[in-house]
Amino acid sequence: MSDLTAILNGREREATAQAPRPRGIADNPLVQLTLVRFYEFFREPEAVFWVFVFPLLMAAGLGIAFRNRPADVLPVVAETPELAAVLRPEKRLNVRQMSPAEAAEALRIGKAVLAIEPGPQGTVTFRFDDTNPDGRAAHLLADSAIQRGAGRTDPVATTDSVVREPGSRYIDFLVPGLLGMNLMGSGIWGMGFAIVDARRKKLMKRLVATPMPRTYYLLSFVLSRLLMLVLEVGALLGFAALIFGVPLRGSAGSLTALCVLTSLSFSALGLLIASRARTIEAASGLMNVVMMPMWIASGVFFSSDRFPAVLQPFIKALPLTAAIDAFRANMLQGAGLTRVGPQIGILAFWLVFCFVVALKLFRWR
Amino acid sequence: MPSPAGAALRVSNLRKTYKDVVAVDGLNLEIRHAECFGLLGPNGAGKTTTLEICEGLTKPDSGDVELLGLHWRTDAAELRQRLGIQLQETQLSEKLTVYETVRLFRSFFRNGPDAAEVIALVQLEEKSQARVGNLSGGQKQRLALACALVGDPDLIFLDEPTTGLDPQARRQLWELIDRFREAGRTLVLTTHYMDEAERLCDRVAIMDHGKVIALGTPRGLVESIGIEHLIEFNAGGAGDHLDAAPLSRLEGVHSVHTEDGGIQMQVTELHRAVPALLTELARQRVPLTELRTHSASLEDVFVALTGRHLRDE
Repeated sequence: MSDLTAILNGREREATAQAPRPRGIADNPLVQLTLVRFYEFFREPEAVFWVFVFPLLMAAGLGIAFRNRPADVLPVVAETPELAAVLRPEKRLNVRQMSPAEAAEALRIGKAVLAIEPGPQGTVTFRFDDTNPDGRAAHLLADSAIQRGAGRTDPVATTDSVVREPGSRYIDFLVPGLLGMNLMGSGIWGMGFAIVDARRKKLMKRLVATPMPRTYYLLSFVLSRLLMLVLEVGALLGFAALIFGVPLRGSAGSLTALCVLTSLSFSALGLLIASRARTIEAASGLMNVVMMPMWIASGVFFSSDRFPAVLQPFIKALPLTAAIDAFRANMLQGAGLTRVGPQIGILAFWLVFCFVVALKLFRWR
Repeated sequence: MPSPAGAALRVSNLRKTYKDVVAVDGLNLEIRHAECFGLLGPNGAGKTTTLEICEGLTKPDSGDVELLGLHWRTDAAELRQRLGIQLQETQLSEKLTVYETVRLFRSFFRNGPDAAEVIALVQLEEKSQARVGNLSGGQKQRLALACALVGDPDLIFLDEPTTGLDPQARRQLWELIDRFREAGRTLVLTTHYMDEAERLCDRVAIMDHGKVIALGTPRGLVESIGIEHLIEFNAGGAGDHLDAAPLSRLEGVHSVHTEDGGIQMQVTELHRAVPALLTELARQRVPLTELRTHSASLEDVFVALTGRHLRDE
């Protein structure tokens, strides 16, 4: 029984000698602070959605939209039964016979990509849009079918060998980008909002008034981030690998190391952003300023090589570019850590720089 | 156990300026062991700044603070262990339960009762598993108190513990504070409710513009202004015809003020002054629309010392 219970019972505080209760691991302040991070996170449905569900939806949506379909059968119209009959053996064309007026209409509204009409003296006229790749492909197929139907023989024998390799599809390009974007978002938001919110509510001031070691407070954010990382990365990569067959060619160890480094770098960046802001508005403005250029330039959805050469050194120095380049090299090309040395260097620089500056600037109240 | 010799808290020549505002202006205080001490004053008097300097949250421009014989410069870690602090306006995390919150605070302290014990002490057992966001104002204040007590502190600072609470919740908190006082803990609290200070504190310091303008027991301070009772009355529209001069010559009347159309009389002997007043009003044919009397309070001490009401600010 403690002193306080003695008070409750109206006794003098000296009356009870206090034997310190044995304390377990769960009584450690760092464990408690980290636990609290988890409670707060998982009791915020929005946060759970943005960190876990949103990236999966994004991967699923884009994966389906850009999936590599079996080569399309191209719709064409023939204006006479004879022409239709000549074209039918070509399996890559879907041939329908229509009157000239119907054919013109079908072409106009995109129901057909090519119209084949008879010309004078046994000639044939192709009508199509030459800026439409499907139109051009249909033209070549139809032309070749008609020539062969008329008795042309090909002088060179050819065979087709079809290659559909995972790793070269859009979804394979996209998933490492989403992984980087996700780690950036959860690192910066996860640190930033929680810290600024605690400061705004004067909760930080209250905690600083206790014997809580300040380093533990910051460390609890980092620890909870790293534990969350396992779930976050696991969910996205597991989904991508199982549903879309996205390859994971690099070693699991080096991919894990890259994820941890990336997460730490963005957490440090989040800490820096949150080091002085007193309001959520100020912090979210700063976060957008920091993240927006990286969303656009760092190659999440399309290659960062599309930007002009003069900008490339700056783009390459961004932490998200480094992270995504390293993830792509690891997952798609099976690169080890040494081959992504420059990217590791860039991430490590951001980690140390942001962390040191953040600690210097940090406002504890 | 800390030795009861010497003061629990000694503040000397404390100064703190924010930009061009002097928040604390050469403050001296000595708070004894096992006493409940109140810092009173209007908003902006420097109460919170003083408390935060004592709590080691704000650095003074000059002056010295000694708590339990220790100093912030040299013994910060030890002091943090031995102080119980409740700040104004702290919002504890709404997503956590009462138990989780107290458990977290408990983990920071070397000694102290179990989280469940403290929760029982502030009578929140039933809310133990409730989220902080779902608590009422009074329950939140009791939780804040639990977080202040969880390290079994030797010195407890409470900054406006009952501000914003309904009367019932205030009374509950007062009872809790009473128990600590009776158990011999040293408490320092700020308030701008004079009735709260009278009810809870052994001694009070009245602060205004960063200085202590009066110090003593609530009773002693009230007696020091030489007024025991106040009579306030209103004569409605007829008040304009009232000749106030004879009133101040009545038996047992100390002074007479006109205020917002009403008359306030400071008197020493209520039982003589009231009949005399009624007789005088009847003689002048002034009808009464309102008559109130009350015993002088700390509020009147503040008015007597500064000429202002506490709530005017």
